[in-house]
Formats: sequence, structure tokens, C-alpha cells
Amino acid sequence: MKGVKRRKVLIGVGALMVGALLAGCPPKKEAVKSVAPGDVASKVYVPPGKHDEFYVFFSGGFSGQVSVYGIPSGRIIKVIKVFSVDPETGYGFTPETRPMLMTSHGFIPWDDTHHPWLSQTNGEQDGRWLFINANSVPRIARIDLSTFETTEIIEIPNSAGNHPSPYGTENTEYVVAGTRFSVPIPQKDVPIDSYKENFKGTISFIKANEPGKMDVAFQILMPGFNYDLARCGRGPSHGWCFFTSYNTEQAHTLLEINASKNDKDYIAAINWKRAEECVAQGKYQEMPATYYHNYYDEEKHMAVSEVKKSVKVINPKDCQGVAYFLPTPKSPHGVDVSDDGEYIVGGGKLATVIPIHSFSKMLKAIEQKAVEKEIDGIPVLKYDAVLHCELEKPCLGPLHTEFDGKGFAYTSCFVSSEIIKYDYKGCKVVDRAPTYYSIGHLLVMGGDTKKPYGKYAIAMNKITKDRSLPVGPELLQSAQLYDISGEKMQLIHEFFTVGEPHYAQGILADKIKDKVKKIYELEKNKHPYAVKSEKDARVERKGNEVHVYMTTIRSHFTPDNIEGIKVGDTVYFHVTNLEQDWDIPHGFAVKGSEDAEILVMPGQTKTLVWKPKAPGVYPFYCTDFCSALHQEMQGYVRVSPAGSNVPLKYYTGTAQK
Amino acid sequence: MNKISRGLLALSSLLLILVYFFPLWRIELIAPQYPEGLRMFIWVNKITGGTEFDLYNINLLNHYIGMKTITPESIPELKIMPFIVGFLILFGLVSAFIGKRVLLYAWVLVFVLLGIAGLVDFYKWEYDYGHNLDPNAPIKIPGLAYQPPLIGTKQLLNMMASSFPDIGGYIAIASLLLGFVALIIDMRRE
Repeated sequence: MKGVKRRKVLIGVGALMVGALLAGCPPKKEAVKSVAPGDVASKVYVPPGKHDEFYVFFSGGFSGQVSVYGIPSGRIIKVIKVFSVDPETGYGFTPETRPMLMTSHGFIPWDDTHHPWLSQTNGEQDGRWLFINANSVPRIARIDLSTFETTEIIEIPNSAGNHPSPYGTENTEYVVAGTRFSVPIPQKDVPIDSYKENFKGTISFIKANEPGKMDVAFQILMPGFNYDLARCGRGPSHGWCFFTSYNTEQAHTLLEINASKNDKDYIAAINWKRAEECVAQGKYQEMPATYYHNYYDEEKHMAVSEVKKSVKVINPKDCQGVAYFLPTPKSPHGVDVSDDGEYIVGGGKLATVIPIHSFSKMLKAIEQKAVEKEIDGIPVLKYDAVLHCELEKPCLGPLHTEFDGKGFAYTSCFVSSEIIKYDYKGCKVVDRAPTYYSIGHLLVMGGDTKKPYGKYAIAMNKITKDRSLPVGPELLQSAQLYDISGEKMQLIHEFFTVGEPHYAQGILADKIKDKVKKIYELEKNKHPYAVKSEKDARVERKGNEVHVYMTTIRSHFTPDNIEGIKVGDTVYFHVTNLEQDWDIPHGFAVKGSEDAEILVMPGQTKTLVWKPKAPGVYPFYCTDFCSALHQEMQGYVRVSPAGSNVPLKYYTGTAQK
Repeated sequence: MNKISRGLLALSSLLLILVYFFPLWRIELIAPQYPEGLRMFIWVNKITGGTEFDLYNINLLNHYIGMKTITPESIPELKIMPFIVGFLILFGLVSAFIGKRVLLYAWVLVFVLLGIAGLVDFYKWEYDYGHNLDPNAPIKIPGLAYQPPLIGTKQLLNMMASSFPDIGGYIAIASLLLGFVALIIDMRRE
């Protein structure tokens, strides 16, 4: 008995071994995990004290901000505060900056930034401004590249999920916005399952060329699809902007299944010059809508909000030729226009091909009325009539495409985790490079302009895992830098990014660096509570409000001793930094501040509001190590009980005995 | 004076007109945290900074060692110097016109004496700023004075201070040298 059992076991083990040999060996980990080959260090080495060749602006995604890196070194050089409050500098907390984050939904201290876009003139980057969208409460911000500060934010009415944005036009005439989430327009209380009947999308054009004057020029009412990404034409296609749509099934629940059914969705081609004509001819409806326009005045160091009450809405039925649909497989994400303005590449997330449309064929199709059908007054052009070619077997999950100016396109592929390089005219893949892991967007330097710089591509990945030292379950996102100057893409560097970048824009440093300000001029400071010399520093009481007109200069505050404050007072510390020296900010922090601390740049005035709750003596101090005697840069506020008669008194130095 | 010497004297006098348009002297401070440097230019009638804010920043840093604030308005020499230069120009031109040798000698001698007086005066100012310090200054180093060099370079704490003539100064030197050349030529032609 025992012998039979043993024989059976032996036969079984033998069979397993044969089976294992037939199946081959398990993959070795090294084969999957790649490092940059050869000596690439010198390509990314920027010696200490030297500057990078490019500025690259990464969106922060859920951080709500923008971060700035030097490339090729991958060194972070700034985080720009845009849609999220920042207790470090007081952005969004101070009375000067709170208006920046005001919306029709009230004060919103956060958002989700997606796509930075650098202003252009004649289709080339001009280094004046960076625009970026907020996805949750639909907005677009302008960042001034002389200060790297957010100076303007406009809310987009009749919108939800401002994803296809800001992607401006060739001369920054407009930046654009669209609805990732269709909603009832105007908003109303309806059953969600009345989606098809009640939900609509909009595509908006926002005037962008004048600081302080951002304005929704017009909106185009669209069918209730999800509008995903956008690009405006250049050269021959200037005057048009393109938007991808998905969920043309118009599902309102379980979209991962229900919005993945149609074989083709659409790229919407919007003729904004035609829209301008329709507006001029009065072919629009002035719709009531409430939305905010916030502007930061650099000389007053203060933002103001303006509430707008209506918007011009164009219905394509009343403005023929303003919009067309280009059938595009399948749930497309990116829509990207080649540097010559002729080719429009759709990145179909679920498609097995990359469709490349031709702008000139599109114009011909419109002329010849090669129309398949019409949706809500928008003609759907025939796929074959607009298609240049389909790139066969490109990769899995193509998302977004940029161009190198040498006839090649680069598309990011999420599912197969790679970048593919292809000849978009000849429709042929020429190279592939893996990314680590699951690239979302990619950037080619200047890859959305008439004259791309090429040289580098950056992968912005969604999954990091083992690429960095382990830091717990929450990880930064990984980014990889590729040298694309040769025939083959070469991975040369890796770094980690703040938040979750959904896109980045790169610009030659020379286009910006000499225009960047070092200080704010004190003489030009028009803040109503600024004091420009210590002798004007003072404390004034107005009922329960106490205004401290305070100055900072190395290494003291004026005044630095304040008495006569009472419980129940609201104290406004208006701090003016009298420094006019490069990189000498002073901080101001007071014990028990429920808001933030503030960092005041040279020549700037900022206000911290403080409501002391109990009698006592409270220290305040400078939070920015400003000088050798920084630790001495401090002061005291004496707080007396409500109703006490301690007189208002303030000084620096003189009261010492 | 022969024609050449008269011409040279006239030329050197006219050259001095340029002194009104360029700084005479420059003082530069370089420190680890000021790699870009802070500069101060002394003109016949004013003191300026290398940038709009350099003088402001130099004064700000000087308060740590208790140095007096440099306020150009309170320096009387800046009000007198334009007239002194004007006198030299006029004196030279008139001498060239009259052509008497003794006037050439006198012009060169006066120029040299004025130059020496200027440097002595400059040294006295530097001495005063460098030694006459506020006793309440936060940074006090026994025995250390902060007098910048009259000409040359000197390390003062973290600051490398250098003091050299600037364009206007070199023009003045060139003008004086031309005066000497005129003198030598005139003597040779005897």
C-alpha cells in the first residue's frame, strides 16, 4: 500500500516538473525594471550655481497649485499658489488675497488644477503669462511671469468640471473652457435620469489678452456629452479650436460601462471667428448667470472681486457653421494639433488605432457637405472625409500627443505604460520607450507651438510604486525625462513632482528670466494701509477694530511693543516690508493666529487679522530667517480685559530704560 | 607756450567737461550673500548706487556696525566740487588762449594740489565713517575699524570692500597727464 502511494506521488511530482519546463521560466524582475543605460549623467548635470535651460510648469492636480522645475536637472524652484490657500504666505487668508478665491459658491479654499498653458504670440511662447484651469469650481487663473504670482481668476458660468481648458489661441486672444460634466443649463432641480432631456454642455471662450480684463466672450451650447480636452488651431487652422467628447451615450451612472459603448465619439471643431460674427450679428442669448472675476492689483498689493450677472450663449442652431463633430474612436482624451496646424490627433483611450484627422480635409468635407447626421444643430462630418490616416497598433490606452517640429508626434499610452514616437504624416511608429508607470500626460518642450524646441520629453506618471524610496502609502508622482534629440528616445533622468501633474508646459528660460522682478518697489506701493517709513508706523483704534500700521526692516518691527488692545478687538496687522533688497522677505506670526502666518516680500504690504481671546502678553516674531539678528526680530502685544482702560501705546526702542 | 602745448592745454581742459557726466570714484562691496555686489559711485555733485536701491541697502547693512547713514545731501563737498572743476576748465582755456608759460605751470600745479586735497578729504570722510561708530551698534569688534581703503581692496568682516577711480576719475587723470605732456613739450621746445 505504502509503495503504491509513494509511486503515485513520484509520478505526480515528475509531471509537475515536466509541465514547469514546458511553460518556461518565470520572468526575471530585472527584465521589467529598467534604468537609464550608459553615461547619461552629464546630460542632466547642471553644476551648482548654473541655471537650467528650461522652465517647466507642472500643474499640481489635487494640490490646486502649480510647481516650477528647472529642466534638465529636475530641480524644483517654486510652488505658485493658485487655487488652494497657503498658510505659509497667507495666500487665501489675508484680506488682500481672500477675494482671489471667491466664487459664486462662496469662498473656496481648494481646487484641482489640470492644464497649464503658456501665452503665445504668433503661435510661439511669449513668456508673459501662464494660464491654468480649476476643474471642480470651473475657473481659469492667470499667473504673471514677471512675479510668478496669480494675478487673475475668472469663474466660468454654466459649467461643471472645467477640464478641456485653458488651451489658448495663437495670439492669446482667448483661452477656452468646457464642461467635463454636463449639467442642467441653467441649473435646476431635475431627476438625474432625465439626463438626455435636461443636461447640456457648454464650450466657453474667455478673453485673455489684457491683464485684469478676463471676460467670458461667449459660450456655445453643446449636447450633453462629457467634453474632455482641447487644443486650438495654429497657422492654417487658426480661428478654430478642437474639443474631445466622450459619453456620447449620455449615461449618467456607471459611466465606465455605459459610456464605453459607442464605437466612435466626437471631436468638436469650433469656429470661433464664426462665433464672433454671430455675436456681432446678435445671434445669441444673453443668459442670466452669476460668476466671479477676481483681479490682483500688483501696486495695491490687493485683490478685488467683481460679480458678473450675465453671459452670451450661442445656440449652434442659430449660428450655422460654428460647430462640427468629427467622429473619433473611442472615448478620446487628447486632441492635439500639429505644429504646422494641419493634423489633429485624437487619443482614443479605448481605441486600437490613433486617428489622425486632416484640417484641410475637414474644410473640404464642410464645403462638400459630407455630413453623416446632425446633433442639436451640429453637423457630424463623415469619418472617412476628415481622416488623414489611422495609426495602426500604436499602443494601449493612447492619451495625449505633442510634436517635436521635425515631423514626429509623441503619444502617451497609459495602459501599455509607454511613449510612442511616430511619423504622423506617413502614419508609422518609429520608436517606443517605456515609462514608470502608467504615463498620463506627456510634454515635449514647446510641443504645442508653431516652433517646438524638441530636445526633451517628460512623462508624467500616475503610478510611482518602487521608483522612489518608500515613504508610506501616499507617494509623490514620478516623472521621467527623455532625450528626444536623436532617432531613439533615451531615458536620462527621473524626479518626483508635487501633487498630481496632469500636464506641464516648458519654455526656454531665456524667454522669461530677464523679465522677472526681484522686489516690489516701495515707492509704487499703493496699498491703503502701507507705511513707507518707520516714522509713519502707528496704531489706530476705530471702535473694536485696531489697525497696526507696521513696518519691517532688518532686524526689527516698528512698532514692536503694543499696549491697549482689549479682548473683543479685531486687530489688523498691516505689515509693510521696507526692504528693497533681493530675497529679503520678512515673516509675521502672532501667537494664537487662527488664520496663518504671512510672508511679506520686499516693498509689499500684507495684513494678518487677529482676534485675541484672553488677556495676557502675546509675542509676535519674524518667521523668515532674514538676517544675523533674525532671532531678535520680535515684539509683544499686551491684551487687556474687555472694557479696561489701558491706553493705546506703541513704540520701538524708545521706551527702554 | 608753443602751439602744441596751447592746444594740449585747451584739450585737457575741455576733456574735464566729461567729468560732469561720469562718476569719479567707485566703492564696491562683495560678500558671500551679495555675489552680485553692492556699488556706490561718487560723482562731482552726487553719490549714487549701482542699482536704484544699492545706497539704501548699504546704509541698511551699515547700521549693524553702527556706521553713520550716508546721505549725499549732507556732504558739502558735493556742492563745491562742480565749481572747482568748472574753475579748472575755465582757467585752462583762458591760459591756453593767453599762452603764457607761467599759466601752464600754474594750471598743472593747481590741478595737482586740488587732486591731493580731494584725496585727503576723501580719506577723512572714509576715516570718519569707518571709526566714528554708534556705541549701541549690535556688532562690535574691539579694535576693528570699517574704513574702506583709499584705493585698493580690503576685507571688512564678510565684505570685500574695494575702492577705485571710475570713468570720471580716469578722465581727470588723463587730463592731468595731458597737462604734463604739454609742459614737457613746452620745456623741450625751449
